[in-house]
Amino acid sequence: MDKPLYHRAWFLVLPAFLLVVFNAVVPMMTVVNYSVQDTFGNNQFFWNGIGWYQELLDPSTELGGRFYDSLGRNLLFSAIILAIEVPLGVLVALSMPRAGWRVAACLVLMALPLLVPWNVVGTIWQIFAREDIGLFGYFVNHILGITYNYTSGVFSAWFTIVVMDVWHWTSLIALLSYAGLKSIPDAYYQAAAIDGASRWAVFTTIQLPKLRRVLLIGVLLRFMDSFMIYTEPFVVTGGGPGNSTTILSIDLVKIALGQFDLGKAAAMSIVYNLIILAVCWVFYTVMTQVDAQRPKEG
Amino acid sequence: MARIELNRLAHSYKAHPSKPSDFALKEMTHTWEHGGAYALLGPSGCGKTTLLNIISGLVTPSQGAVLFDGRDVTRLPTEKRNIAQVFQFPVIYDTMTVAQNLAFPLKNRGVDRATIDRRIAEVSRMLGLEREMNRPARGLTADMKQKISLGRGLVRADVGAILFDEPLTVIDPHMKWLLRAQLKRVHEESDVTMIYVTHDQTEALTFADKVVVMYDGEVVQLGTPQELFERPEHTFVGYFIGSPGMNVLPARIEGDRAHVGAAAIPLGAGYAPLGAAVKSEIGIRPEFLRLAAGTDGFSVALKRVEDIGRHKILRCELDGRPLAAIAPEAAEIPADGIRLSADPAHVHVYADGHRVPAAGRA
Repeated sequence: MDKPLYHRAWFLVLPAFLLVVFNAVVPMMTVVNYSVQDTFGNNQFFWNGIGWYQELLDPSTELGGRFYDSLGRNLLFSAIILAIEVPLGVLVALSMPRAGWRVAACLVLMALPLLVPWNVVGTIWQIFAREDIGLFGYFVNHILGITYNYTSGVFSAWFTIVVMDVWHWTSLIALLSYAGLKSIPDAYYQAAAIDGASRWAVFTTIQLPKLRRVLLIGVLLRFMDSFMIYTEPFVVTGGGPGNSTTILSIDLVKIALGQFDLGKAAAMSIVYNLIILAVCWVFYTVMTQVDAQRPKEG
Repeated sequence: MARIELNRLAHSYKAHPSKPSDFALKEMTHTWEHGGAYALLGPSGCGKTTLLNIISGLVTPSQGAVLFDGRDVTRLPTEKRNIAQVFQFPVIYDTMTVAQNLAFPLKNRGVDRATIDRRIAEVSRMLGLEREMNRPARGLTADMKQKISLGRGLVRADVGAILFDEPLTVIDPHMKWLLRAQLKRVHEESDVTMIYVTHDQTEALTFADKVVVMYDGEVVQLGTPQELFERPEHTFVGYFIGSPGMNVLPARIEGDRAHVGAAAIPLGAGYAPLGAAVKSEIGIRPEFLRLAAGTDGFSVALKRVEDIGRHKILRCELDGRPLAAIAPEAAEIPADGIRLSADPAHVHVYADGHRVPAAGRA
């Protein structure tokens, strides 16, 4: 093959290249720059090499301890909400009507929480769950007689942010699953009926395998969002009581803006970012493998 | 195990059908014998899939009854009927191997392990799937998947009839022949009634012992491929089966002569007058028209000749109507106007689309 080579053609890549540079590389490099130096303001910088990273990744230091604690809390939060939202979303999708005006009504109602801005969600739950004036908080405390106060109880605080996330995002999984279920041809259900499959067998042998792709995307989206979540728990608990709901993003802001430790915060940002990229890559690999396994969808 | 009777069966998708055109399936009474291979043939939208779904129990008919071996199954759900169905698009269980797919209907019915193993071994041999048994069903080609669908019906000892809904639609052309031949063999080896829905006449004629031709919600003819060819009961059958289809020409019938324009075509027998209200037509298959010598036959205008290798198709016009005739490959086509003659025994008379028996004999 004799392909002519025009090196000047690289100029065609230039606009895209510049866009990426200003959009991603330059801001990223500023953070990298901070992460290897120490500063006390006034634009005075002292070289620190990989010092911040060593401190961050060493659990015996103060910074390392904080980092692993908030990372652990973040992973726990993601695990809990995924464990609730995915099965619940699938269940909701399975019970949604398949035709008629009720479909439209369902879809609109389900989409509503998704359309509420993050800090509004936080504010709604902050008030809703208050023990003195919040409908939910008052009901639990004074009618059910259970002590529930998200500003003082660790369990109450976690319960509130988990329920809030479930309320906000289960619809996403439900809508994705519903679309996935709708795309299964009727012939599958008819064949299953002829084969005498039980409702449970239909779910495990037809619906769940056909939902695998959309659920993978749903889990990815929900993991990413919950791993990067900031606004909602910040508005409700501010990371408290104590540090019990201080997740990575909240801790990062505390270090960067509260303590003004720019070097530490920058190193943490980079590691935070790398974790997300790594998870993305794992999901991407899994998804492309799933695709490769089914070359022709019949 | 399954003789299928359709008793005054009709179906409409509308809640309150009032006129005949509301019915997707017009009233019909038929009996399909046990162990037969039937093809439901007709154009898209003629009601053949509706009929199939009524037999399989996916659709409940608006009126009439479906009987399997004398047992009324009209209101029984699909899983309670002794039928299996192969769909247009292959349905397999993605997460299972071929063997697990075949075992699935038996497992659901609580059949013991030893019987399951014996049955799937038999069926895999019948379908030539032995080497694929432990492979995941997901990665297989469409024709393999269709075989698995069929296999899931064959494994069940209680299946009396297997229904096929255009099963070769997604199969590569060169595989269609193989699969069809295999289907035919499976039918001979097993003891089930097979009903095969298709709009492809070749598929229907090669697969079935009896072809049920449907048109506009009605069964217009039920017969062997030969009967459909030689004695189409409806102009639609003549037109739909055969290539090119039967020539249908408006004609005036007088005794044993049919007049088309100026031409008088002799009929095999005398016919009683049809009455003025009906649309009277004659049908002649191109195969039964031949070039006439001298002043025999009738004169037609030759429009063009299609040479398709085995024979020539003469596209003519008679009284402004298109008329096709088949001439042997070696035939000389005179350039200055041609005359055709028809085999009188194969000229049929139709009133409002339906064949009229001759007055003298049946």
